[in-house]
Amino acid sequence: MQANHGRPTPSVSSQIKKPKSPFQLALQRFLKNKLAILGVIAMVLIVLAAVFAPQLTSHDPTKGDLLMVEKPPSSEHILGTDSSGRDNFARILYGARISLTVGFSAMLFTLVIGVILGAISGYYGGTVDNIIMRLADLVLALPFLVLALTIIALLEKITISIFVFVIAITTWPTLTRIVRGTFLSLREQEFVLGARAIGASDFRIIFKHFIPNAIGPIIVNATLMMATMIIIESGLSFIGMGIPQPTPTWGNMISEAQNIRILRDHPEAWIPPGVGILVTVLAINFIGDGLRDAFDPKSNRR
Amino acid sequence: MYKYIIRRILIFIPMLILLTIIVFGLAKAAPGDPFTGKILDPTVDPAVFEKQREELGLNDPIPVQYAAWVSEVAKGNFGESMYYNGRSVQSLISERVVKTLNLGLFALAITLIVAIPIGMYSARNPYSLLDYGATTFGFLGLAIPNFFFGLIAIYVLSINLGWFPAQGSITSTEVTGISAFFNRIHHMVLPGITLGLAGTASYMRYMRSEVLDVLGSDYIRTAKAKGMTERNVLYKHTLRNAIIPIITLMGFEFGALLSGAIITEQVFSYPGLGTLFINSITNRDYPVIMAINLLLGVTILIGNLLADIFYSIVDPRIRYD
Repeated sequence: MQANHGRPTPSVSSQIKKPKSPFQLALQRFLKNKLAILGVIAMVLIVLAAVFAPQLTSHDPTKGDLLMVEKPPSSEHILGTDSSGRDNFARILYGARISLTVGFSAMLFTLVIGVILGAISGYYGGTVDNIIMRLADLVLALPFLVLALTIIALLEKITISIFVFVIAITTWPTLTRIVRGTFLSLREQEFVLGARAIGASDFRIIFKHFIPNAIGPIIVNATLMMATMIIIESGLSFIGMGIPQPTPTWGNMISEAQNIRILRDHPEAWIPPGVGILVTVLAINFIGDGLRDAFDPKSNRR
Repeated sequence: MYKYIIRRILIFIPMLILLTIIVFGLAKAAPGDPFTGKILDPTVDPAVFEKQREELGLNDPIPVQYAAWVSEVAKGNFGESMYYNGRSVQSLISERVVKTLNLGLFALAITLIVAIPIGMYSARNPYSLLDYGATTFGFLGLAIPNFFFGLIAIYVLSINLGWFPAQGSITSTEVTGISAFFNRIHHMVLPGITLGLAGTASYMRYMRSEVLDVLGSDYIRTAKAKGMTERNVLYKHTLRNAIIPIITLMGFEFGALLSGAIITEQVFSYPGLGTLFINSITNRDYPVIMAINLLLGVTILIGNLLADIFYSIVDPRIRYD
């Protein structure tokens, strides 16, 4: 009897099936994860709502109407209006744009810093590694929020890009450490020795051999980080130290509820943006967990 | 092990020095000084203000200012608040620190009391109804921003049901004695739960996977095989071993708890270090900002140090080179 351990047997047919690449295998496992798929569907819906905001509402999210302040829901304003007479529904849709953009770009920025520094640190080791890691320790030694708030207080004006920059320079150590750890273990492997033996440059080894091998943890952590970024943005905007008004973000909208009157009488104004954050973060976390299980089946924690 | 501990302490010292440099640098990078933005009395000669600047040492070279600041800080003197009419920073902070510390410990207590038993139960009965419930709670607890949870708690439990006060740390200063104690606890319930939520969710997850790991290990099978009661296996072997990473985690997470307090205190207008910090940032009260940064930074450095040392003591298998 011929044992067939999942290998294609060429004799069966003339067309030889190509074995699946690790990436295809990961995709296959990901598609089997129900929670992850649910997360993808939810994210697609949220992104669509953000992209098609102008089609879904005719109100301007930044223009207030002082004759229409704190109005309850009506057919004109389905979620009522805020303390400056701006339409809450429009602010949620446009707020999704800002919150997602800030979350995504902060993640991307951090990713670039983290991968570059982590790569240098893990690849070269020695003094460079020591300097980068002590720097990381130092940034981690101050609580993120305290450091970010202190930097924000130093700046005269906060714009979206400055805000993203502040988040990135205060959160890079986590990802840097992860990339460094992966690179350190890769450095010891034989294919790297092989690559070096045939005269590959450092640049080539890092980009052709290290990053593709570390892509799993990088993607997973970047995904989960985007969820953290969205929470951070909303938290800072909530205490009035984030994206300044009148730009709509979900955190800005919830900060209206610091007024006890709005908190008590207008739950329709602050609960929907909160649910928006909750659903988005949950969806991203589900996708991130799904990706982790897909890239590293051994880590299946549940 | 001792070698490791000594080395670990030696790393702590340069970290501490770098921390002071960073904190000082941050504050010095700030635009303006206590005289900026205030409406200066036009009848007073500007030279008077210049003289005051000189007296405060604001015109000295930066390294001199740094040295002066560090030597004062080492003596426990953080200077005077620029906003609260010259009150000393220590008195401002020490009053608030106690409140935040109380809140943090309260939150930590809730976290441990909830997370450890449920995590253990989940691990012993995986895929049971309660385990699924705990997992769902874990996902939600980590995804909900704590200020949003706090607002919902106020809306439901305070405004609509009237069970807990929505803000402050005590009803009035006239309450004294034992009733003041309960009054304070009563005020800490909602902010405490809010602050502890994320920790509860993550400790529960950790506990579950730790206990599952331990339950699958050989020495538990041996303990059972020699006829040890289920109860003893659970408490003497499993819990003790599973709880080590949790305690270590606490050392690292204490800083997160303190910074979580910044937003939580804001939601509940709780008069702790967090509200003081936000106020100082709004008022550009640099001595206070510096002191809080330094205080939290040192707390975290010490927390990490203790966690590392504790870990090397309880788990001698670990080799650090």
